[in-house]
Amino acid sequence: MAKKDDSPDGLKLDRRNFFKTTGLAGLAESIAAPAEAAAQSTPAAVGPGDVPVRLNVNGRQIDLMIEPRVTLLDALRTRANLTGNKKGCDRGACGACTMIVDGRPVYSCSTLAIEVQGKQIRNVDGLATGDRLHPVQQAFCEKDALMCGFCTPGFIMASVALLEKNPNATPEQIKKGLDGNICRCGTFSRIFEAVSSVKGGQRG
Amino acid sequence: MKAFAYINPANEKEAVAALSPQVEQSMPLGGGQDLLARMKDYVTQPERLVNVKTALESTVTPVGGGLRIGAAMKMADVAEHPEILRMYPAISAAAIEVGTPQIRNQATVGGNLNQRPRCWYYRNEEFVCFKKGGDRCFSPQGENQFHAILGAGPSFIVHPSSLAVPMLAYGATFRLAGPKGERLVPAANYFTLPRQSLRMENVLAPDELLTHVILPAPGNVKSGHYEVRYKASHDWPIAFATVLIAMNGSVVKEAKVVMGAVAPVPWRSAEAEQALVGKSITEATAAAAAEAAMKNARPLSQNGYKVDVAKTAVKRAILRAAGIQTA
Ligand SMILES: Cc1cc2nc3c(=O)[nH]c(=O)nc-3n(C[C@H](O)[C@H](O)[C@H](O)COP(=O)(O)OP(=O)(O)OC[C@H]3O[C@@H](n4cnc5c(N)ncnc54)[C@H](O)[C@@H]3O)c2cc1C
Ligand code: SF4
Ligand code: FES
Ligand code: FES
Repeated sequence: MAKKDDSPDGLKLDRRNFFKTTGLAGLAESIAAPAEAAAQSTPAAVGPGDVPVRLNVNGRQIDLMIEPRVTLLDALRTRANLTGNKKGCDRGACGACTMIVDGRPVYSCSTLAIEVQGKQIRNVDGLATGDRLHPVQQAFCEKDALMCGFCTPGFIMASVALLEKNPNATPEQIKKGLDGNICRCGTFSRIFEAVSSVKGGQRG
Repeated sequence: MKAFAYINPANEKEAVAALSPQVEQSMPLGGGQDLLARMKDYVTQPERLVNVKTALESTVTPVGGGLRIGAAMKMADVAEHPEILRMYPAISAAAIEVGTPQIRNQATVGGNLNQRPRCWYYRNEEFVCFKKGGDRCFSPQGENQFHAILGAGPSFIVHPSSLAVPMLAYGATFRLAGPKGERLVPAANYFTLPRQSLRMENVLAPDELLTHVILPAPGNVKSGHYEVRYKASHDWPIAFATVLIAMNGSVVKEAKVVMGAVAPVPWRSAEAEQALVGKSITEATAAAAAEAAMKNARPLSQNGYKVDVAKTAVKRAILRAAGIQTA
């Protein structure tokens, strides 16, 4: 493979960024630059260098300085300390990165962070209220719907989106609604049981 | 992924102005479900992305007994749109099977129709084939189990768009906007064979956008759509078909048979259509039409099975159109 002159995913994980990632430099909000160049009549191109990107994640505003090529997944995982959703394939083929954007499940690995400004973004980190799990999370625990757990955050977000749209989803709707997620450990039947078990209005 | 500049134009004019006549220099970004993966793999390395989701329409408008669909409409919305389902059920049937729920929530009509081939040599940076400006095709001597069985050479891709097939069957026209204004291109003339244009799969210029799909009134036709897939999701069909039939009493007056995943373009089969006209539809006439559809098939070393799969798709789409229960 030819060596690329650019760093993977545009994230330049140097020491400073590493501390940001791990949260040692404080919350991501503190590295925000004021949103400049707001409304212009003719749109100007931004980037390829860092640009201000403002995201609303789990009801919280997060201001970042990132390149346009940074995906929503990488922005949250490596810049905002929201590491709940995992990176499986990074190609829209596994579902581990599933987040809910304006009510719909999407692959955050295949979504540019710069494109979801102004939208309501939810990842798995925002589901529980303190120690109280979301009913879907609770059901996954009760039905033991995981083995290694790598696919779980994505499956849970896809399930939450499905049940918010169809609170009494039929078995067929559950199968079709979750077929964008893959479990390498093969826990599908238990995941199906877990999601089926939260039927009937008892979801938070 | 190589770093790029990003621009979010407010309307069609600005979006067109932000493109470049140079190939893959400044590129339209729809839902990104195809383009971003290609960029991550360094198959496509634009300097600039032009978001077209703000600039282009994402709605359905009735026009002259038909419908006009904005290119920024999401696949999930196409799949659930009641008027599309009522008037063009084969389009709904194709849309609902595209990829996964997450992909359908992001992918746009314009992006689906203009997505690039899935040939694994094309998708791998190291294989510089015709599609990447190289001087050969790796598939005839290589792994070709999903490649074309009709109309191929010198490239053997199959066209990857599920939407293109029913759209062509329903007689869709694509509206394109470019620096010199708009042009209307029938779907039947939009997609091009490798022997016509080796590098690209259609007539769109690098500084043009596909802005709308215009569907004529469907008329009194029955339609059937059938996809054969190896996996129920996360994958493209091995072969599929859309069939439209207009009846004259109990016999077929007119038929349209368009196949997907068998050729470098959505492939209309005049042979299968002729085999149906004047016949009533039974298992036997449907099977005979499917045979006719594959008469000119030229499989490669590993994809002979696709001939049978395509026959099954055509036969079952015909039976579905006629309202006959199929597997
Ligand atoms: C696991 C998986 C399974 C899939 N299965 C299927 C399947 O079964 N059937 C199927 O059809 N597809 C399938 N796909 C492909 C997917 O549907 C396409 O990638 C998607 O529809 C592309 O739409 P987009 O809006 O995301 O396009 P983008 O990725 O944004 O763009 C695709 C291409 O079109 C160009 N483009 C975008 N919009 C326009 C426009 N308005 N005018 C001109 N050019 C434009 C872009 O420059 C780019 O080159 C699958 C994908 C994955 C990852
Ligand atoms: S089939 Fe087409 S895309 Fe695949 S290697 Fe041959 S020329 Fe390239
Ligand atoms: S990491 Fe996004 S789909 Fe696999
Ligand atoms: S629990 Fe291991 S991938 Fe699903």
